[in-house]
Amino acid sequence: MKQFAALVSILGTSTKTNDKLEALSNYFSTANDADKVWVIALFSGRRPKRVVNASLLQQWCIELTQLPVWLFEESYHTVGDLAETIALLLPQTTGNDGNDAQPLHTYLTQLVKLEKETETVKKEYIVTCWMQMTKDERFVFNKLLTGGFRVGVSQKTIVNALAQAVQLPAAVIAHRISGNWDPSTTAFQSLLSEEHASLDSSKPYPFYLAYPLEANPQTLGEPAEWQAEWKWDGIRGQLIKRNNELFVWSRGEELMTDKFPEYNDLNTLLPDGTVLDGEIIPGIDGQPLPFALLQTRIGRKNVTRKQLQEAPINFFAYDLLEYNHEDWRPKSLTERRQQLEQVVNGAQHPALLLSTIVPFDTWEQLAATRRQARDHFAEGLMLKRKSSSYQVGRKVGDWWKWKIDPFTIDAVMIYAQKGHGRRSNLYTDYTFAVRDGDKLVSFTKAYSGLTDKEFNEVDAFVKRHAIEKFGPVRTVKPELVFEIAFEGIVASNRHKSGVALRFPRISRWRKDKKPDEINTLDDLKQMLRLYGTAGGEQT
Amino acid sequence: MLIEFTDKGLYCSAGNFYIDPWKPVDKAVITHAHSDHARWGHKAYLSHYLTVPLLQARLGPQQYQGIGWNEPVYMNGVKVSLHPAGHIIGSSQVRVEYQGEVWVVSGDYKTENDGISGAFEPVPCNTFITESTFGLPIYTWQPQPVIFEQVREWVQRNGKARQNSVFIAYSLGKAQRLLKALEPLQQPVYVHGAVWNMHQALVSAGIDLPPVQRITPETPKETFQSAIIIAPPSADGSPWMKKFTPYEVGVCSGWMQVRGNMRRRNADAAFALSDHADWPGLLSAVKATGAQQVYVTHGFQSAFSRYLNEQGIWSAEVKTEYGGEEETEENTVTEDNTTGGAA
Repeated sequence: MKQFAALVSILGTSTKTNDKLEALSNYFSTANDADKVWVIALFSGRRPKRVVNASLLQQWCIELTQLPVWLFEESYHTVGDLAETIALLLPQTTGNDGNDAQPLHTYLTQLVKLEKETETVKKEYIVTCWMQMTKDERFVFNKLLTGGFRVGVSQKTIVNALAQAVQLPAAVIAHRISGNWDPSTTAFQSLLSEEHASLDSSKPYPFYLAYPLEANPQTLGEPAEWQAEWKWDGIRGQLIKRNNELFVWSRGEELMTDKFPEYNDLNTLLPDGTVLDGEIIPGIDGQPLPFALLQTRIGRKNVTRKQLQEAPINFFAYDLLEYNHEDWRPKSLTERRQQLEQVVNGAQHPALLLSTIVPFDTWEQLAATRRQARDHFAEGLMLKRKSSSYQVGRKVGDWWKWKIDPFTIDAVMIYAQKGHGRRSNLYTDYTFAVRDGDKLVSFTKAYSGLTDKEFNEVDAFVKRHAIEKFGPVRTVKPELVFEIAFEGIVASNRHKSGVALRFPRISRWRKDKKPDEINTLDDLKQMLRLYGTAGGEQT
Repeated sequence: MLIEFTDKGLYCSAGNFYIDPWKPVDKAVITHAHSDHARWGHKAYLSHYLTVPLLQARLGPQQYQGIGWNEPVYMNGVKVSLHPAGHIIGSSQVRVEYQGEVWVVSGDYKTENDGISGAFEPVPCNTFITESTFGLPIYTWQPQPVIFEQVREWVQRNGKARQNSVFIAYSLGKAQRLLKALEPLQQPVYVHGAVWNMHQALVSAGIDLPPVQRITPETPKETFQSAIIIAPPSADGSPWMKKFTPYEVGVCSGWMQVRGNMRRRNADAAFALSDHADWPGLLSAVKATGAQQVYVTHGFQSAFSRYLNEQGIWSAEVKTEYGGEEETEENTVTEDNTTGGAA
């Protein structure tokens, strides 16, 4: 556990990718195999089921420290991380030097066992562990308990570190650690073996990801060498048919087959040994519906008949990764596309559609088409080099996403809350309002888009002008004006303003504007009429 | 009230003097030489005699009077004495006694004895005015020897990797503590001009400190091979640091207790080494005074004051202009002023 705590500490604080890589690679070369498997699992989002909820952990910590609840909460708002707050508040121990005899995997095995135990048993185990641990160990232990192991290290870095440690190409590693495997029953050697990979018929391929196109598309060269498609606003997914079974994976490596019964028939309609890359997206007759509808589907365990009618899900296929049990990724996009069209047309299923190719002869022409993306319910264009193979992860060169400019609106900040992680003890989470006559109506929150320096400035403003002293939220004088950018707008009866925004963020601080110069609720409603869709969140 | 909270600062009308005022006054009693407490423009300054040379270095020639700890002076019949606060060299609490009533102003303080700033002395009083920079229970420091050991291990690790170790530390206070921490390594320590100025002022005042080498534009780059460098926060990330490449940056501050702050600072290493009392320190200090009422100033004053009330100690928070509520850096103000062209 000490070794793992040290690793997390380096990954969490180091600012250099090389240092992280070295620490990971060093870990993968020295740690015991069972621990390594768990680390791969944890860092790729495969954490054990949560055995206790956050409020129980908080309660036990309060009992142990005898602190008033409000003081625990003040501490939590300041630290911005529950696992860390508890680690800091528990009485200090010197840490048992011999406790590295308890490696990471034993704790995780215990936690898996605890799932079925009573609360009393869970409490006893967790409290005992706490009292034997140092602050850093408690922190990672609490992270295991609360889940969400985001440690500031990308999947790519983990893959590269593993590749270094076991001397295999990164692309191979990326493929082998993907998909469906259980860290408590998988051995390190077999996880990385070729045999194991071929035994798992659900195993997806690592997704090929595009970089945003910042430069003029002219820099890409001849238009004839490129294929353009709409960039859809859904969930990237892989549809896999192998051994007469159908699997649906999201880009977040979540197996989502059961969530989309619409695809069930494809199991008989697709040829065996087929893997499609495409967009999981709500739609009717090939016409996409807003993303908000998809959200109503993925949150549910069981899909109701009503949902199936209101938010039917399509699959817009744009690539073919495996055909006839053969890995087609090395082939050219043109070749893959041809075969893809045959596969999709051959299946003849209303939920499986081809993501259409957007024709163009010149970049100017394509730029004009891109401006109409919203009319096609797309968020821009994808540009793919026709000769390109299907690569692993985010790579510069052959695939680009060329998004349309976001909507913007000027708003005033009315509430602020302290942030999390590296924004601990800093007011960085804001609520914004537009004007409605002489009133202000809140319509969105936004957390990102300012520089560290700007956040510091706003933070100082909040601290000077806050009305409340306790609790997480500060009401501030409506004085600071910001331009809010967002990707979409839908009607919502859950929000006072009647609208919900998609991916809102701060695009800039309008120091040149006064609060009486901001946009109005009518402006928002106008946008909703023009670009919005009703019924978004009305379930 | 023996001491009032005015817009110029803490004021004793019976003695007609201010304590750490933030606007120009006739008579100022100064707890310590950090610039949010010791400001420019007063007609007369009274402080501990070790604070005087620091004030001179920062504020130039003024009317200074230096006294020792526990050496009372009388102002209009009000008895005023200074007592060690343990924050930095010369830092003092101010005890004010008049007609049998005793008030103590803590200034900034820490309860752990760092070996150079004088050991914090609990002073019995009726009313205690305390700081609360780290007034939340998440701030519980590790003992100084433990952190010093971490500091030395870090330097040695960097040295093995042929990297320089650059410490970011306040030029008055933290820098001197670091020198003590680094002394056993028996390596030369190179310092920024701001650190050098404070070091000179302290050495001339007779304080025994390990030697340092000043970094100037003429210092050749080759000097820095697995070397130790101490620089103030204002130098962090500036072109001045280029000379030390390859280097690792270690930040020394109580705020480094929380990982988020550490990550925000983009430091390679962080040491939660503070010159302020931690939560247990604040509580023990308050209790040791036996005060019936406690005013809480700069820091987490709302939380600390509320907690004291719940513990049965009458308390209220007071807004001052030291630092500012929850200053995100300890004494940031100090550095800008002490750097003063000494880059």
